[in-house]
Amino acid sequence: MNSIPISWYLILSAGLFSIGLFGVLARKNAVAILLGIELMLNAVNINLVTFWRYNNPAEVTGQVFAIIVFAVAAAEVAVGLALIISIYRNRNTVMAEDIDLMKW
Amino acid sequence: MTTMQVLFLIFAAIILGSAFMVVTTKKMIHAAFWLIVVLFAIAALYAMLNAGFMAMVQIVVYVGAIAILFIFAVMLTRKELLDRGPALNANKSIAALLSLLSFGGLYMLLRNWSGFSNMAPALPEGDMVAKLGEALVTPDAYLLPFEIASVLLLAALIGAVYVANEARSE
Repeated sequence: MNSIPISWYLILSAGLFSIGLFGVLARKNAVAILLGIELMLNAVNINLVTFWRYNNPAEVTGQVFAIIVFAVAAAEVAVGLALIISIYRNRNTVMAEDIDLMKW
Repeated sequence: MTTMQVLFLIFAAIILGSAFMVVTTKKMIHAAFWLIVVLFAIAALYAMLNAGFMAMVQIVVYVGAIAILFIFAVMLTRKELLDRGPALNANKSIAALLSLLSFGGLYMLLRNWSGFSNMAPALPEGDMVAKLGEALVTPDAYLLPFEIASVLLLAALIGAVYVANEARSE
């Protein structure tokens, strides 16, 4: 019934991770950088669920890992967006290159 | 080509195309909407992997909470409706090269792995969701990581309220 080799999922996940990496490195807007991080976290989650399904579906370890990643992603987004909104209120910009107070 | 393979390719195309739009589109609000498309397609992949609970959590947590948070952040941090200037910074060619290198490196690593073309084993009998729920509240399974994740979420909640709250006196 399930005729997909594991390589398809892993290549998709690697591609999604690389696109997210490009977003983090190349975008100017700080919110867009967080969007790239979300893409990378989702790529990781696809990998975790795939390895759970293809290696040992009788154990729940892979899914528990993925759920912890969900929780950390939610925490990271909440704090990150709060920081961005705070910066926007104080400096009126969300462009990462304008936020250079601590740049050496 | 079986039906599952065709479905997988459709969802993979949706995920990669929409993810590309997320990182390149100029209007931030559109990027947030493309992210929602990516997240829905990933939920479909979870369903194809027989991880029904993960698919539901993906939709509830990611689409229902995180994507909405992004949309609010975009709406709170723009001066005009249109975002001006280029969306990508001056290092975009280096960034593209690095991400292509990372994809190539990951692909080479995976190709040399012996289990690269493994097929999925048969699903075990029994209710996976019930097993997962029990594992999350069993002390010798995953109770401690679960509780630590709860504390982390609470700390992040308080931290986010404190950081974003303008009204406090300096």
